[in-house]
Amino acid sequence: MVGEVKVRVKRFESGKGFYYREYRVKAGKYTTVLDALINIIEEQDSTLAVRYSCRMGICGSCAMVINGVPRLACETTIRSLKTDTITVEPMYNFPVVRDLVARVNELLFNNHRRVKPYLIRRDLGEQFKAEAEYKQTPLELAEYLAYSYCIMCGLCISACPIVYEKPNFIGPQALAQALRWTIDSRDEGGDERLKIVDSLDGVWACEYIGACSKVCPKGVDPAGAIQRLKIMLTINTAKSLLKLK
Amino acid sequence: MEILRYDILILGSGLAGLRAALQASIVSNGKLRIAVISKVQAMRSHSVAAEGGISGVLYPKEYNDSFSLHAYDTVKGSDFLADQDAVEILARLAPEEIRFFDHLGTPWSRLPDGRIAQRPFGGMSVPRTAYAADKTGFFMMSTLYSNLQRFDNVEIFHEHIATSILLENGVFRGFTVLDLESGEMNLFLGKAGIIATGGGARVYSFTTVSQASTGDGIAIAYRAGIPVKDMEFVQFHPTALIPSGTLITEAARGEGGYLINRLGERFMKRYAPQKMELAPRDIISRAMITEIIEGRGLRDEESGLDYLYLDLRHLGERVFRDKLPMIREITRKLINLDPLSEPIPVLPAAHYTMGGIHVDTYGQVMLDDKTPIPNLWAAGEVAAVSIHGANRLGSNALSECVVWGRITGSLAADYALKAPDTMLNISQIVTNKAREEESRVFDRLIHREVGGENPYLIKRELQRMMDDMVGIFRDGSILGEAWSKLKRLKERMSQARLEYVGKTYNNNLRDILEINNMISVAETIIVGAITRRESRGAHYRLDYPSRDDTNYLKHTIVYYRVGEEPIVTYTPVRITLWKPEERRY
Repeated sequence: MVGEVKVRVKRFESGKGFYYREYRVKAGKYTTVLDALINIIEEQDSTLAVRYSCRMGICGSCAMVINGVPRLACETTIRSLKTDTITVEPMYNFPVVRDLVARVNELLFNNHRRVKPYLIRRDLGEQFKAEAEYKQTPLELAEYLAYSYCIMCGLCISACPIVYEKPNFIGPQALAQALRWTIDSRDEGGDERLKIVDSLDGVWACEYIGACSKVCPKGVDPAGAIQRLKIMLTINTAKSLLKLK
Repeated sequence: MEILRYDILILGSGLAGLRAALQASIVSNGKLRIAVISKVQAMRSHSVAAEGGISGVLYPKEYNDSFSLHAYDTVKGSDFLADQDAVEILARLAPEEIRFFDHLGTPWSRLPDGRIAQRPFGGMSVPRTAYAADKTGFFMMSTLYSNLQRFDNVEIFHEHIATSILLENGVFRGFTVLDLESGEMNLFLGKAGIIATGGGARVYSFTTVSQASTGDGIAIAYRAGIPVKDMEFVQFHPTALIPSGTLITEAARGEGGYLINRLGERFMKRYAPQKMELAPRDIISRAMITEIIEGRGLRDEESGLDYLYLDLRHLGERVFRDKLPMIREITRKLINLDPLSEPIPVLPAAHYTMGGIHVDTYGQVMLDDKTPIPNLWAAGEVAAVSIHGANRLGSNALSECVVWGRITGSLAADYALKAPDTMLNISQIVTNKAREEESRVFDRLIHREVGGENPYLIKRELQRMMDDMVGIFRDGSILGEAWSKLKRLKERMSQARLEYVGKTYNNNLRDILEINNMISVAETIIVGAITRRESRGAHYRLDYPSRDDTNYLKHTIVYYRVGEEPIVTYTPVRITLWKPEERRY
């Protein structure tokens, strides 16, 4: 038993604005922050809005800010926080729908869509027919695998100071995915995708602060991905300059 | 109430739903307007939690495998209740789908020569389970969702929960749908529909499935008069983590893990001496409960749960890194345990709904045994095709989702391409039904007087009852008690209290809709369990401990009746090649 903890929830309702509510929850060895929030909804206050589903760190629903750090509530145990006061806030940088539920459609879903997050092949008919698999060696797989762990939770965007300053920035999630698909040995659309991210709202907005990589719960390294994209673009520019001469 | 019109309405955004959306887009060259309506945000559907892999004969020569061996394993695993023509379709199309997902970009684990790796799985005679580490469902979902971004004709409605299915003279017309964010109820009309909302194992308390897996599609179909099939067959997965119920993949045993009891014995030698830890799930789950009942289990004092051990210590660091990274991540984060140095405490948990909406071989929804609904299909866990019969083999679920996602996507597209636009005209019957539904949800729920009972406590009672009385071992008289108890819970639920009455993101209202759906799902499970007086696959009756092919080699079909007892009928099992035989492993 960890015992009783205090959970301070930053709540929001349009018309009411932001306010805090405090709850007391009994926590065991393995109780997660999500368990505590569900317990509040079910036993103390059913008016609290929270988004959650798989409770095993793979669906990406329950991203929020816990004791100042953006993380997934379902894989954060209360014991690991080493304090008996837990403060929970909705993700930063996103508009809030209600309480802990952020609206991520624009900054996350739409930006992700913009980078063409799929294999681009010259022959779409052949691609969809899929008569034989493309070969890919374990080494070629390892090249992009870590970037494919993205669960689209939005935590990297929530942590990014550039998103805060420049809402038009396409953001770390989309850029990491631009790299993931470009360095997949099965892809033939790198140039097309690189063109999309080669702008002041794309990779060049990033100042390599690295907050995104620190908070990613799945070990994706968006900051590193953005640096790789910058290098790829720089090499492309250098190549085309050499050709001109 | 706003009216939205589409060529195809797809309810649910897991592997089956999204695969159907992709197929309908490809078939129609991006011409058909498709709405994907999802209770969650589309990429977060429970398919992401599938871990171990997807079955399919990729390299028959190397593994000495064939379509017919895959089909036979599946039929035997099903305890001969699967429809064999459907199982043959599964075996034939699954390999094409695995290759199709390779072309979409799934990061399959690979052999050194670049081909797709496969691993052994329970009840499968040879290694035929393709995988992407131990996040196969997640990787297939994320590639599929990403690929849908190619198409402008697919519109995704995130966090929209359907509250009813609208039928008119035996034809599908649409759904009434609550938009969680705005709190508005909308009417979606479609020329064709596909239901792909997944299973309902959340009716149990100790379960591997997500909070969202409440069987909504099964419940709203059932209440619309569509019969459900074989609902008594609920799969319990042998290895769920104590105390949360989180899934520890069968691939852990496929890669060589042991199940051990308090005495350190590999107890499966007493129950399945040949296949040991790779026997089908129904057999292992019963063996585990038997070990616990006979005193060879352990107990977690804090949760009060009994458990046994899944021992993976001998697998070594490399296997964890390359093949089971998520298992290590889960046990470390959730219970601070490293499976390399300690065995994992596990207990069987409710995992999969073998039964579901009554459909034909191609996923077409049936109104009764002879009458199909011409423009409505169901695919994935929500449907009972029936591939899995009385017990599903591990890794056959993902193949079913994508194979029937593709089939129903094609069929719905063909239908919608030919259907006239007048199909989207609204009729008086549909208007009336939609208005009734609107008042059911808003007037009866929102304008309820204060003082009703807490719905979440009713939900917990339901879940605990299902665990205790409708679990792995069942008994006629206890099932009878469960039936009476369920009626009382239903009655109490009609008086439950809604605490939040605002419109925006009313998860309290959604939860009440879900709990009502869970009660409907539980009703179909209990009725099926009471009437099936035999033991087959996952349905084990202590009072009828053997399989009875003379009387029960048939599918249970249950019809809803408003205010009355449900009606139970039966339909024959389609047998093509394999006559029922005793199952030995």
